[in-house]
Amino acid sequence: MSLLRFLIQNHTQVLQLTLEHLWLVGISTIFAMLIGIPLGIVIAHRARWNKPVLATANIIQTIPALALFGFLLPVPWLGARSDRLAILALILYALLPIIRNTYAGIHGVDAAVIEAGRGMGMTESQLLYQVELPLAASVILSGVRIAAVISVGLATIAAAIGAGGLGEFIFRGLAMVDDRVILAGAIPAAILALLADFTVGWAERRLRPR
Amino acid sequence: MQINRPRLRLWTDYGVRYAVLVQADPGNPAIEFRNVSYRIGNNQVLVDLNLRVAPGETLVLLGRSGSGKTTTLKLVNRLVSPSSGTILVNGSPNHEGDVIRLRRGIGYVIQEAGLFPHFTVARNIGLVPRLEGWEENRITGRTQELLQLVGLAPELADRYPHQLSGGQRQRVGVARALAADPETLLMDEPFAALDPLTRDELQHEFLLLQQRLHKTVVFVTHDLREALRLGSRIALMEAGKLVTLLTPQEFVKSEDPWAAAYVRAFGGGLDSVANRGAS
Repeated sequence: MSLLRFLIQNHTQVLQLTLEHLWLVGISTIFAMLIGIPLGIVIAHRARWNKPVLATANIIQTIPALALFGFLLPVPWLGARSDRLAILALILYALLPIIRNTYAGIHGVDAAVIEAGRGMGMTESQLLYQVELPLAASVILSGVRIAAVISVGLATIAAAIGAGGLGEFIFRGLAMVDDRVILAGAIPAAILALLADFTVGWAERRLRPR
Repeated sequence: MQINRPRLRLWTDYGVRYAVLVQADPGNPAIEFRNVSYRIGNNQVLVDLNLRVAPGETLVLLGRSGSGKTTTLKLVNRLVSPSSGTILVNGSPNHEGDVIRLRRGIGYVIQEAGLFPHFTVARNIGLVPRLEGWEENRITGRTQELLQLVGLAPELADRYPHQLSGGQRQRVGVARALAADPETLLMDEPFAALDPLTRDELQHEFLLLQQRLHKTVVFVTHDLREALRLGSRIALMEAGKLVTLLTPQEFVKSEDPWAAAYVRAFGGGLDSVANRGAS
């Protein structure tokens, strides 16, 4: 019960850090979608770009988060504000699932359907917006869902470079050897992850083609 | 075989006798292949094809898989471009001009219909009219008209393709191809995936439809019975070459080794199936 008391006593700070966390995850996921979905579309149509793009995104994924934050710290404009840096790192991590699922979603559209559309005189952009994207939407969104859930977890590490978010509690609790403080960061983070999973998952089911 | 004068086509289907005057304009075949070859790498898919399709006729491309019949079909609406040679559609080379315009003027029906799974039946049928910017109520009217034409109940308009039977889907595919009233229809094994009874039904309705609409149809199949029943002429293809071009009546009696092999493989009773194309 002491955890509950701690949360109540520090509720403004819990709320503030949760909002910071949500901001880091939300803005980075949106940017990752803006970059990742077009890239996925491109590599689904231009087979030549497929391997290099996916390989790059894969390599980024293997860099440990703490190391990536460290690498980016000396970069001039970025290093000036740690939240910028955290957002960039989170974007980079979110790219792989989004690119890969966009590619898989579009690649998985029945070739007969595409050919019928093309044969009936649809332009390439009509095919993309009226056929490929609607049919791939649920697969693309499931990539976004994975990206968002991963980001919620990774964003806790952003506190190590002072970017705020619920990681503040976790690192503070680790330093103080106080489980209550760690949990005050970890539990809201877990709830955020579940929420992200649920809301994007709901949208994904809505868009699933019959 | 003369195709350059009007011919009276007579045939019997379901005990009903049909007569259709096939208007053949001597100067202008609807589709003409001139010395068309197509190869991918070292693989010669089509070798020097010369073929004329008369307006209003149903030309069947018959052959086994890999014979080049589907490629021939796709050359017409430029889903495939020839390595050499020219394809004329309504007298002008089809590689000149806008490919999108060309395709919207040619109906295209494929196996399993290729319907858009996320579109209702009505939106599927209204696809080309909508692309062409028709007004919404004109599209609705046309859709209803087409549903009736292909024998589907009006209330099916709001269903999705997965809620239909295979035969119904294929009817929607035909309706979609006819939506903007093209003069030419390309049909790539449209009935191949259907059960025998439904296939028989759709073949019968195709004949009725063709009797009313007189479209120029290029029809791909590997089924000799279907070819004999539906075709005004049959172009037999083998290994990328046009082997022979015969009416159904001629085909069943043909001495050509490939045609004879086909007739043998399909067994007896074919005479009664054959479409009587008399001049």
